[in-house]
Amino acid sequence: MFSDYTSAELVSIFAMQGFAGLILFSVFVLMALGLAIIFGQMGVINMAHGEFMILGAYITYLLSSFFENNLPSLFSIYFFLAMILAFIVTAALGALVEWGMVRHLYRRPLDTLLATWGLSLILQQVYRSVFGAREVGVTLPDWMMGSIPLTDLVEIPFNGVFVMILTFVIAVSVYFLMFKSRFGGQVRAVVQNRPMAGAVGINTQKVDRITFAIGCGIAGIAGSAFTMIGSTGPTSGQLYIVDTFLVVVFGGAASLLGTIASAFTISQAQSTMEFFLSGSMAKVLTLLVVVGILMIRPQGLFALKIRR
Amino acid sequence: MSINLKRILSLFTAGASCDQSDRRLILSFYLSLWFLLSAAMVNASVNTTGLAVTDKEVTVGILHSVTGTMAISETGSVQAEKLAIKQINDMGGVLGRKIKYIQEDGASDWPTFAEKSKKLLVNDKVAAVFGCWTSASRKAVLPVFEQYNGMLYYPTFYEGLEQSPNVIYTGQEATQQILAGIDWVVKEKGAKKFYLLGSDYIWPRTSNKIARKHIEKLGLKVVGEEYYPLGHTQFNSVINKIKLRRPDVIYAIVVGGSNVAFYKQLKAAGIDPRKEKPLILTISVTEDEILGIGGENIEGAYAAMKYFQSLPNENNKRFVKAFKEMWGDDIVIGDVTQAAYLGPWLWKAAVEKAGSFDIDKVRAASPGIELHTAPEGYVKIHPNHHLWSKTRIGRALRNGQYELVYETKELMEPDPFPKGYQ
Repeated sequence: MFSDYTSAELVSIFAMQGFAGLILFSVFVLMALGLAIIFGQMGVINMAHGEFMILGAYITYLLSSFFENNLPSLFSIYFFLAMILAFIVTAALGALVEWGMVRHLYRRPLDTLLATWGLSLILQQVYRSVFGAREVGVTLPDWMMGSIPLTDLVEIPFNGVFVMILTFVIAVSVYFLMFKSRFGGQVRAVVQNRPMAGAVGINTQKVDRITFAIGCGIAGIAGSAFTMIGSTGPTSGQLYIVDTFLVVVFGGAASLLGTIASAFTISQAQSTMEFFLSGSMAKVLTLLVVVGILMIRPQGLFALKIRR
Repeated sequence: MSINLKRILSLFTAGASCDQSDRRLILSFYLSLWFLLSAAMVNASVNTTGLAVTDKEVTVGILHSVTGTMAISETGSVQAEKLAIKQINDMGGVLGRKIKYIQEDGASDWPTFAEKSKKLLVNDKVAAVFGCWTSASRKAVLPVFEQYNGMLYYPTFYEGLEQSPNVIYTGQEATQQILAGIDWVVKEKGAKKFYLLGSDYIWPRTSNKIARKHIEKLGLKVVGEEYYPLGHTQFNSVINKIKLRRPDVIYAIVVGGSNVAFYKQLKAAGIDPRKEKPLILTISVTEDEILGIGGENIEGAYAAMKYFQSLPNENNKRFVKAFKEMWGDDIVIGDVTQAAYLGPWLWKAAVEKAGSFDIDKVRAASPGIELHTAPEGYVKIHPNHHLWSKTRIGRALRNGQYELVYETKELMEPDPFPKGYQ
């Protein structure tokens, strides 16, 4: 299939393709991080993760129309404010959900699955009633939608670069939070041995609540960022949830590093195969490979060695 | 009916003594019997099959998804059908009877559609149903409509390959939408190389098959054909492939939320529809979808369908005005919404021509029914139950509307089983 092209064209296409893979990688990491924290650190399967993301997207939508109508001079930077607000609101909702629902179900992991799935349906219908069944269009500042043309084949899209930087910043922050801060130490202590952590004076309930809130908050930021590349509607969250679970489970449920490694593997495999095969076949093959590997290694790529 | 039949039976058979409440019971029983009989007598001429028709009212059904994934698309159709029913009632109704509708929610779930259509036909005995949107939901209700002999007015443009005596298809079938669009882009824009792209299910695949046959008949080239799962959100790889193959036209039949991702990423990757290099021609993006995509991301792309909100004729101006009065100023009207609006009007015309609500008579009267007041202009029902209609090309504007750039001179004949295209 490459015989018709010059070598310069091939080089630039492979460069573009590598870049597309990196963007997909960043998107996967961004959407999986929040879930990985909750699933990995607390063992709670949050089926409403996609709906928390879309809450972030709707907040971005509200702010975009607010700034467009009231503060057009600041429109070009509203997006940063939107992300911060998205984090705060989704984190607050996350804390509320943890308090009202999830904490009663910690000993019944299968029930959390059902309960959060119910929550996702409720949230979808709430979005539908409040914002209407139709998708909403989030207007973005022009500088975010452009691209830098390097040659006539190679163009670097701004939104891709933006997502990559954002993912990097959030991943590093999560790393510091979990592994370098006092709070992170408490979280890991609770994960490893809940009664013992309680015995040495860690308020395990508070740790749970904050962890859940942070996971949801990161989902909100991801949703806010994804208004650049995807749709915002009541059921848009469902578009992401399958890939998200795939990444987290494949990575090993309790490991952030595993999440990143699995996001990298899946995104590169998928974007390479999409280039050579059709989109649907690429997806089928990716799923087959993941299922195959999980059959040999059910704990995922990376697993913490802890005493249960 | 709140009559205790058991009690009445016992009064008649066992000669049980009557107190006052029993007498009231018997009276109400006779009264309702009388009502039923008299209604049947008056209606006998226009309703011989026991449909829900009284001398003042006729009941129809509206069956769309107002919850679930498809609510985004089907909401417009529900609004259009309610508007048409309201306007018909304001004009005096059908055969002197006001239309009353029973609305059921298909909930974006195909078995639910089948169940609700059975409820409408068997329990409610509706005289017609306006509904369904996806082909999957239509296929799910089809056996029900054929078994219980109902009449469905189906609004969506679809892949063809179907012709049921129990369905009137008010949207375009595939060849009507596709052939004229490709001819136009070849003739006016000198297109030679096409890249076909779609979501992975029956409508895009069948449509692209027809498009490919037509392109190859014209002696031109298809340089790529690809399908992505519904809900796919990452199109960077295919955009790279498109860049490498350098087509003149991207023929896109991407649907739902994927649409938004596709056009945003296309623009971000430097393929600006306004430059027409390559040109983008779609048959799946109406004004409804542009709301989600954002006019600034799709400005300059072309769409081939039969209706745009901006059509300049008088019928359409009246229709848009009435629609906005009923549903609010910021609403948009897409191709399918207009097709849904035709349903009640076509049914009314057929009923009046037949002089009866009977399904069989309405069916027999349907071919040849004309509608001069359609917002898209003049339409006519073909004996194959599809509509003769024009195909139009619109160019997307920044404000989310299309401007009309071309329309076929003649009405396109519907051809649900196109020879040589299968």
